Amino acid sequence: MAQTVSLHPVSTASTPTLDVELRQVSKVFDGEPAVDAIDLQVRQGEFFSILGPSGCGKTTTLRLIAGFEQPTQGGVLIQGRRMEWVPPYKRSVNTVFQSYALFNHLNVWDNIAFGLRIKGLAKTQIKQRVADALKLVKMEEFARRHPKQLSGGQRQRIALARALVNRPAVMLLDEPLGALDLKLRKEMQVELSNLHQQLGITFIMVTHDQEEALSLSDRIAVMQAGKIAQVGSPSEIYESPRTPFVADFIGDTNLLQGQVDYWDGQVMRVKTTTGLTVLVQRSPDPESLKQVVVSIRPEKIHLSQSASDSGNCYSGFVKHKMYLGTHLHCMVQLDNGDSLTVLQPNRTGNQLAVETRVYVHWLPTDCLALAA
Amino acid sequence: MAIASPSEDQDSHPPLGRLGRLRATWIGPLTLLAPSGLWLVLFLVLPTLLILNISLMPGLRPGESPIGYGLGNYSQVFNPWDAAFIPVYIQVIGRSLYYAVTTTVICLLVGFPVAYWLALMAPQRWRNLLVVAFVLPLWTSSLLRSYAWSSLLRPSGILNSFIEWISSIIGVPLPTQDWLYTSTAVLIGLTYNFLPYMVLILYASLEKIDRALLEASADLGARPSQTFLKVTVPQSLPGIAAGCLLVFITSMGDFVVPTLLGGASSMTISRLIYNQFLGITRNWGLGSALSMVLILAVSLAIALLLKYGDRDSIAEA
Repeated sequence: MAQTVSLHPVSTASTPTLDVELRQVSKVFDGEPAVDAIDLQVRQGEFFSILGPSGCGKTTTLRLIAGFEQPTQGGVLIQGRRMEWVPPYKRSVNTVFQSYALFNHLNVWDNIAFGLRIKGLAKTQIKQRVADALKLVKMEEFARRHPKQLSGGQRQRIALARALVNRPAVMLLDEPLGALDLKLRKEMQVELSNLHQQLGITFIMVTHDQEEALSLSDRIAVMQAGKIAQVGSPSEIYESPRTPFVADFIGDTNLLQGQVDYWDGQVMRVKTTTGLTVLVQRSPDPESLKQVVVSIRPEKIHLSQSASDSGNCYSGFVKHKMYLGTHLHCMVQLDNGDSLTVLQPNRTGNQLAVETRVYVHWLPTDCLALAA
Repeated sequence: MAIASPSEDQDSHPPLGRLGRLRATWIGPLTLLAPSGLWLVLFLVLPTLLILNISLMPGLRPGESPIGYGLGNYSQVFNPWDAAFIPVYIQVIGRSLYYAVTTTVICLLVGFPVAYWLALMAPQRWRNLLVVAFVLPLWTSSLLRSYAWSSLLRPSGILNSFIEWISSIIGVPLPTQDWLYTSTAVLIGLTYNFLPYMVLILYASLEKIDRALLEASADLGARPSQTFLKVTVPQSLPGIAAGCLLVFITSMGDFVVPTLLGGASSMTISRLIYNQFLGITRNWGLGSALSMVLILAVSLAIALLLKYGDRDSIAEA
């Protein structure tokens, strides 16, 4: 499997194209490790997402980069410089906070100008840059408003503008779209993506929304219990997850526990604990596997009335179904008792009634064996 | 039909009639407000009107019938062209204002750092205990605490003993004096009495500040001192206003401290009023006029407090 991130713990100087680098960083709160010896390398100009369930340490990681927390162990590097005890106000990063953290004693214009005034820029320059930032987020008419007079989406834009106007090397975004409703979130996703392309600066976004991470990011780090489970492009993460956790967290999947029965260097035969025999042709490291979890994405499974010779074919009946508009979501109970989730496009012939007897089948190249 | 449809359900509740509406909008709320309203009218509004009435009877003494009706009492205090004008009264009012303002300023200057430390720097688990420790003095009566101060400030009191001890150590004689019955004693007593209120209100206000705002400020390049001036102080302004006005109002009207710790040269309006009613002078008319002045000044401060103060912080404190 293509490995996009190589760890080189021996090298002392970081490559100049890395904007942010974490080396064996740990953060312990009251004896509980929130972040546990992680390595991360974020390249210049990329849109990097840190994805994980709540409590996995992703926000702490972002706060370590911003300087709001100091690592218990390890080092944070920004543009190749070590950041030990460099306070937040001396770091060339700017944060968009989950709660936006707009100053409610200042109006929109003064909020955006805050950082520039601190830096002591000339009045004309501040005027120009704030105006540009307002234009960038399409909020020109709202300059004189107060934050509490704005909607959630508008506040989000101002928070973005307030960070962007400082022209940071790295933008840190903490669940930036978490508080918005679905439609607005979709719109802002497009805008975030456009902004990133327009500005060409590095974005590091923390999110628990896998769809958001998949659609926006150049690369994603999936975090689990304070550790990095996998780093890769969205398609790598989705198509070739390296652990059952990643497979399950990113998108839906069916997981079958089992044991490797036979491997000929090409195809692996797995006997599941429930008695199925599954042929698998994809795995991150097939040689060493014994106890495995087989992951089959619901959209890779076909349903038909007659048996198929596609490699894995089992009979069962439709136990439950859900109508999703674009897709039909079926739960199929196999004759051995296993239940599989199947996602089918909504087209003629796919509307199966509950209790219908069906065959489920999928190709060995469409499922994945992972170390249990 | 067993189940009533929504429309039938509505039919069973006809819209309120004239009387029903009257009951809903007036009689109900008035019934709830009546006990406290009655209390306020009997014990606040009526007495105030009574005082206003007496204040308009020049030089009224107990047992005498009023000589006339007019602004004579007020003129005696404020009008320098009046033959009966006594400049001492306006000096006393001025001194009371001076004590109140000075107490407020000292409380703010001393109280803000304490409240800041309690709200933003003290260890989380100790915070509540520390706040309680700080307001503990409030649990004893202010009378007792003022007596305690008078024993500290006496010529043979602990303060002078301390000064003598220091002088004996450094070998330089430091002046000891009778601190009691001076303006300094009054200011010490007032500050000591009202500082906890200031700290509590400021603490409540500072503690409410969203930490993300302070982080955002640092994130945008502000050093801690800049964050303090540009975010913390503006964010706590309503609390500062509330604390200052509350300390001003209470120290302006305080009677115990100036009576126990103040002397002839530190007469305040509250003591002056006392003298007019229960002291030697016995001039109810003048006393009432002075009371009206005090009530007016305090009401003005309360009006400002309601307009600009952070009412939540006061409620929490």
